[in-house]
This record gives sequence, structure tokens and C-alpha cells, in this order.
Amino acid sequence: MSIANNLSASVDDLSQLLRDEKFLTKLRQDMLRFVELQLRDRMIAEDLVQEALAAAMNGRERFAGRAAVKTWIFAILKNKIAGHLRQRQRIVDIARLAKEMDDEADFDILFDRRGFWMPEDRPDRWGDPETAFAQQQFWAIFEICLTQLPENTARVFMMREFVGLDTSEICQELSITTSNCHVILHRARMGLRLCLEKRWFTPED
Amino acid sequence: MLNCKQVTRLLSEAQERDLQFKEKIPLKLHLMMCAGCNNFRKQIDFLRRTCHEYAEGQPNSWPDPS
Repeated sequence: MSIANNLSASVDDLSQLLRDEKFLTKLRQDMLRFVELQLRDRMIAEDLVQEALAAAMNGRERFAGRAAVKTWIFAILKNKIAGHLRQRQRIVDIARLAKEMDDEADFDILFDRRGFWMPEDRPDRWGDPETAFAQQQFWAIFEICLTQLPENTARVFMMREFVGLDTSEICQELSITTSNCHVILHRARMGLRLCLEKRWFTPED
Repeated sequence: MLNCKQVTRLLSEAQERDLQFKEKIPLKLHLMMCAGCNNFRKQIDFLRRTCHEYAEGQPNSWPDPS
């Protein structure tokens, strides 16, 4: 495996990687996609990625080789995103979010009148799903599924699951109730699992 | 007796807060009997791990064979 993945990578290895053009190009692309998916703004994404890379370069003495290089740099990037979100919480359009909650095809159709799974919609076993993590194709589908969620719902979900903000912090910043926040996150999970089931886990006929 | 729709809500909320004792008991009872909700629980657990992995830059799929 590459140095990028090596848990015993040293600070020297890191310096070397950060000067490696091929590594940097791919890393930047992945970082940009990650930010853009969440903020849907190319220019802000470029700024944050640049800041994160500069911070990684300046702080490379603090890299202890405990994590893969990419993981370490993504941690820095997530801090930058969190900082950005805290500064400008109006990243979610509250009116649209409310509409998404009313409008979007309801997941009620998955259940019968008594609230039990319709036979054809009952969740299947996904076996040993984590083997998917090693496959690029899986991540491409995961990204597609995220972009298919209603936009503002997706943003709330990513603030929670990618950046790791607390539900309470998210609710507070968006001025929505905790209970609404939970509903939004639940809907995001319902949508994502349906999408993954359909596109990745459904056994071929 | 909880139905599946309520159970999926509770399972999702369990990722956000500690469930109360009075919520846990009927949830457990339902899960003992319902394969669909059991699978749902495993699926959203997987979803959370997937998000973490993704947010760490998918280190396991590095390097890209492009």
C-alpha cells in the first residue's frame, strides 16, 4: 500500500506526500467534492480546501502517523467546514426545508395502514456491507444517493454525520425544534437506505 | 404495541439521543419479532459507519486506480 495509507507514515513522509503533485491533485479533487457536496458552492469549497491544505502543511509537525494521511487532512478539513457553518448558519433554507418535509414523497407508502412493512418494502439483509468500502464504485453511488436527497434535508444530514455537529447545535443554529431536527435526519436516513438498497445491495435478478 | 413505522423512527432517534427506559422495552419486544426492523436497524448503523468512513476521506479505497 501507498505511504498515504501507511499508519506508520512519518512527518518526513507527510512532507514528501504534500509535495507530490499526483497525490496532491487527487487529494484536492476528493476534498473539493467532499466540501461541494455539503456547501454546494465551488468558490467557498476551493477556499476551504486551500485553507485546510495550508494548515496541514504548517501543522505537519503535529501529524503523528496515528491515522492515514488522508484521514488526518480530512479531519482538518472538517474543522474548517464546521467553522464556516458556525459563522454562516444560513446555509440551510428554512422555508424550503419546511416544504421538503411536507412535500417530499412520503415514506408512508412503505407501510400498510397499521404501520407495518409492506411485504415488498420490508428491509432486506445487506450481508457484510462493509466490504463495499474498498470499492470506488460504492462511493460513487453513495455520492449520487446523497445528491438525490432533498437539498436542505441533505445539508442538515451532512452537518450531523460528516462534520459531526450535535443535533442540539444544528437545531439551535437553524432555529428548528429538536423534534423537527430528528424528523429531518430520519427522512434523510430513509431516503439514503432506500437508494443504497436499490442501487447497490439489490441482488441481481 | 409499536408498529414498524414507529420503530423506524425510534431507531433513528436512538442515533441522536439516549432512549428512555419506557421506549426501550417495547422497542426490544418488537425487534425480537420483526426481521424487517432488525434489518433496518443494521442498515442505519451501517449508514452511520459509511458516513464516518466517507468523512475520513474513504482511506480504504485509496489509492484511486484512475
